[in-house]
Amino acid sequence: MLSVSGNFPEYAVPGAKQVRFEPYADNGGSVVAIAGEDYAVIGADTRLSTGFSIYTREQKKLFKLSDRTVLGATGCWCDTLTLTRLLQARMQMYEHEHNKSMSTPAVAQMLSTMLYYKRFFPYYISNVLAGLDADGKGCVYSYDPIGHCERSNYRAGGSAGAQLQPLLDNQIGLKNMQNVTEAPLPKEKALSLLKDVFISAAERDIYTGDCIYILVITANGIQEEKFELRKD
Amino acid sequence: MASVLAPEISSSGFSFENCQRNAFLAQKGFPAPKATKTGTTIVGIIYADGVILGADTRATENTVVSDKNCQKIHYLAGNMYCCGAGTAADTEMTTQTVASQLELQRLHTGRTVPVETAATLLKRMLFRYQGHIGAALVLGGVDRTGPHIYCIYPHGSVDKLPYATMGSGSLAAMAVFESGWKPKMTEEEGKKLVRDAIAAGIFNDLGSGSNVDICVIRNSGPAQYLRTYEEANVKGKKQGSYRYAPGTTAVLKQRVIPLEVESVAVHPVQPMEVEPASSRR
Repeated sequence: MLSVSGNFPEYAVPGAKQVRFEPYADNGGSVVAIAGEDYAVIGADTRLSTGFSIYTREQKKLFKLSDRTVLGATGCWCDTLTLTRLLQARMQMYEHEHNKSMSTPAVAQMLSTMLYYKRFFPYYISNVLAGLDADGKGCVYSYDPIGHCERSNYRAGGSAGAQLQPLLDNQIGLKNMQNVTEAPLPKEKALSLLKDVFISAAERDIYTGDCIYILVITANGIQEEKFELRKD
Repeated sequence: MASVLAPEISSSGFSFENCQRNAFLAQKGFPAPKATKTGTTIVGIIYADGVILGADTRATENTVVSDKNCQKIHYLAGNMYCCGAGTAADTEMTTQTVASQLELQRLHTGRTVPVETAATLLKRMLFRYQGHIGAALVLGGVDRTGPHIYCIYPHGSVDKLPYATMGSGSLAAMAVFESGWKPKMTEEEGKKLVRDAIAAGIFNDLGSGSNVDICVIRNSGPAQYLRTYEEANVKGKKQGSYRYAPGTTAVLKQRVIPLEVESVAVHPVQPMEVEPASSRR
């Protein structure tokens, strides 16, 4: 018995094709946060891109949530906008209800809850939260897209996160080294290290470049800084 | 000794002996490794006195830059060069194969090989492999009929144009050509236009980056290959120092193997004769 697919494969036609809805976009970008004794620094590059093209070279990806908490978010930019809007609304509701602003650990916990709420249609974002905790110590919280939360002293996230984290592990975590003494990290060293890891990331990651926007969080408030990266 | 399985000189052409095995492995969930495909900007123009080719120098593997300063303008013959975009190995090998064929042709005929010959050899080779050789080329050169630029696509189609661009940055580069190219440009104008086109690709296409390479082939005289014509992007200057003190790296295991010396022979060193041979009797 002759059949089209068995005997004449070149005449077999594929069936109807279903075009799938693609709800996510990857707009790239990297974020690095470092916490010290009485400060936290967080930096993110300012390149917003898709595929092989750049949308803008000056998109700030850091969000000042309060005068002691900053969120850095990279990944799907539209999800970032939605999440940060909701986050700011929830923080305002908290302020009205409790008559005080949210502490950084409280924001961190709420962000985790908000991400897990979207467990089966997640926000496609790499979040890194930096700030000062209730005791005035620097803290960094990092997340996966569905709400796993971890407090640490330093973290890299986003498109070059996997390249940057080992360097931070070595330089701040003093991993894989012998005869080294742990000492508190001065703010200036943290800032220069942050710039240096971004210089390296811009060399090898095509989604990282143009500029870094840095926020330094201390008890006196939040200082801004900009640093140029390569533009190719 | 040579055997059938490991011949000393393999027969010419591709070996397809693992295709069936690889298809079987892919079916079982072990796909073959991916080839390096480079996002690229390559261009070529005709100017008053010949052709100018240009290329960026970034090679990428997905979103990671694998080579920051690679060469994409390949030698074909003294009077022609070829820019390559697409699968790195394919552009390299295709141009090498054709360069060798062109040299044989030159020796056989004793004349400068026309650029059209190279275009024909390239398109035949690419068409024969039905697009599986992923080479997108911009061929440029001069011969007795004048300057020529050819655009050759991976499936073997050819365009003969006064100015051409290829690769992921081709749109950015073509935008510059469409606004700036005119017939009978001077060499300085031409180099400037090619530089601007490559720079447009470097800055606006994420698959292209690093430096600008240029090759000028004039109607008379040898080709001028200007490697790193311009360093479009300078690496950022590091703020801190990342030197490690001696002893930072852990010694995981240590083993001493004593070397037993069984006999000692002492050879007295003879001074070597350094006088030139011609002065000797």
